[in-house]
Amino acid sequence: MSMDRRQFLKIAGISSVLGLGASVASATHPTWVKGLEPPQVGPDPKALKAKHWAMVIDMSRFRTDADFKKVADACHHLHNVPSFKTPDGKVDIKNEIKWIWKETYEHAFPHQDNPYMEESLKEKPFLVLCNHCENPACVRVCPTKATFKRPDDGIVMMDMHRCIGCRFCMAACPYGARSFNWRDPRPAIDPKFENKEYPARTKGVVEKCTFCAERLAAGKMPACVEAAPKGGMFFGDLAKPGSEVRKIVTTRLTIRRKPELGTGPSVYYLIGGKDHA
Amino acid sequence: MLEKALVGSKKYWMWVSFLGALILVGLVNYLHQFSYGLGITGLSRDVSWGLYIGQFTFLVGVAASAVMLVIPYYLHDFKKFGKIVILGEFLAVAAVIMCQLFIFVDMGQPTRILNVMLHPTPNSIIFWDVLVLTGYLFLNIVIGWVTIGSDRKSVPPPKWVKPLIYLSIPWAISIHTVTAFLYAGLPGRHFWLSAIMAARFLASAFAAGPSLLIILALIVRKTTKFDPGKEAIQALGKIVAYAMFANVFFLGLEFFTAFYSQIPGHMESFVYLYKGLEGHTELVPLMWTSSVLAVVSLGMLLFPGIRRREGLLAFAAVALFTSLWIDKGFGLIIGGFVPNMMNQVRPYWPTMPESLIALGVWSVGFFVLTILYKVAVSVREETAGIEIEH
Repeated sequence: MSMDRRQFLKIAGISSVLGLGASVASATHPTWVKGLEPPQVGPDPKALKAKHWAMVIDMSRFRTDADFKKVADACHHLHNVPSFKTPDGKVDIKNEIKWIWKETYEHAFPHQDNPYMEESLKEKPFLVLCNHCENPACVRVCPTKATFKRPDDGIVMMDMHRCIGCRFCMAACPYGARSFNWRDPRPAIDPKFENKEYPARTKGVVEKCTFCAERLAAGKMPACVEAAPKGGMFFGDLAKPGSEVRKIVTTRLTIRRKPELGTGPSVYYLIGGKDHA
Repeated sequence: MLEKALVGSKKYWMWVSFLGALILVGLVNYLHQFSYGLGITGLSRDVSWGLYIGQFTFLVGVAASAVMLVIPYYLHDFKKFGKIVILGEFLAVAAVIMCQLFIFVDMGQPTRILNVMLHPTPNSIIFWDVLVLTGYLFLNIVIGWVTIGSDRKSVPPPKWVKPLIYLSIPWAISIHTVTAFLYAGLPGRHFWLSAIMAARFLASAFAAGPSLLIILALIVRKTTKFDPGKEAIQALGKIVAYAMFANVFFLGLEFFTAFYSQIPGHMESFVYLYKGLEGHTELVPLMWTSSVLAVVSLGMLLFPGIRRREGLLAFAAVALFTSLWIDKGFGLIIGGFVPNMMNQVRPYWPTMPESLIALGVWSVGFFVLTILYKVAVSVREETAGIEIEH
């Protein structure tokens, strides 16, 4: 179909009055769309899929401080998580942002200790992260759906561009899994570890672990699971009866943080270690 | 009518400029926060709400308390409130504006605030809070402006405003109930997870709001020719006494549940606030100040002999307002965050810029209040002696 300048202006004029400009333009140029098929439009065929992503952590496999550090660093470097320090080099707890970190037993599982427990047990380190709850309180309270539960695989995600920074989710999360960007995180991201493949956040938004949704989409396991000591972390589909996480959770004694709150955490801690699954 | 706010005595202009200066100081500090981020406050990932949200919560109560004048006047035909009801409605307007500003300054990404309306999320209490607060602001502006406008012309207000007045009664209850629901439904925050939270909020609101009104009415009488009426002020004193009694009783119920059950999670925040926890006693002096002021003011208000003497009534009103401002505008919020979700004590204290921003928001509120009261008082001075049936 061809038209002269006069005809074009006529149609464009009328259609813009009617607000149809865009549809007319695309209707007259169907070839614009035909040639363009960026690979992003379809999911990666290698993507890992599940109905309910879940994690089992066997703390007995984590023996040294280095084991914990390796896991946390793998995550934090990959996701450009800033590391704010006070002038004397300690962690700046006022600005601190963390996705996965070490917490002592008495803090990871408050009120579960007993008066006779040895200090070494009370202070036994546990890895903690977002629990990707089945019934997440953070999602319930978010006023903009900036944090939401993916219906396909249960991952609790963040939309950093929609978050208004009201921090209701931080008040609601019973696990302290969420961090807020009290200031621009850029200056606290070590250029040595900066990952140009992953966005840094802006000030004024909340962030947390995403179960490495971006890696799953590319067919890779979460970074922490890869960095963990052998048999330390399992990740899989809890809804699939044959999966490794399901087998452990079914046959072995596992505990979850604050299960009595009804949030349904998807991170399980294996008790008793040794051989499993 | 707004032109009445443009003429005034030297004292009036000095007061307005004083507020203007405080607003300017707040604004400069806010611009700093806007560019740097909320890191200029004392907040952290452990105590993620503080002074701003505390002030917001407290002021929702002040706003809701206008209903304590509207109910007696419009539902029970208590004529003595005829002249003073406008002061309550305009106080509600100023308080809601402060509430919205406190929410605004607390946002990490304030330019995205319309996302709350662009992506309406009914399961979030904030969505409802924004709705009811905006509606309540609108109701009180319309009701206040229309009734005072009619008074000025010495005619009864138009009939269509009556349904709005009746609607404003449940609406006032709703704003504070919804605000309580921000806190009372969060798993793991034992200090807030209490079914009595909304009732407590309303009781403290109906004590704090009318005590502020008593103070304001006395100031208005002293500085202008408009007399809100001795009996109206006395009636307010009675309302404050009842509401404060309910509030102290409700707080007692919280203590009973926490300490008779002996559940550590329920006790720890109270212990932190009133005794100190793990060596942290930052809030103890404040909370005890609040408690002492509460007992003293309630004790004074309960005796009609003391209440009837206006000087003592004013003292009790100031003491009570201060007590509840500490308890609800600060302790209630911080107590919910300490100890944190890992059961660690990480204290919070507001920084100087944060406090100046809060002061700036209060000044905006008092600026709006001054303008509105100036209009209302000017009309009242002109129509002195004329009784109009509303």
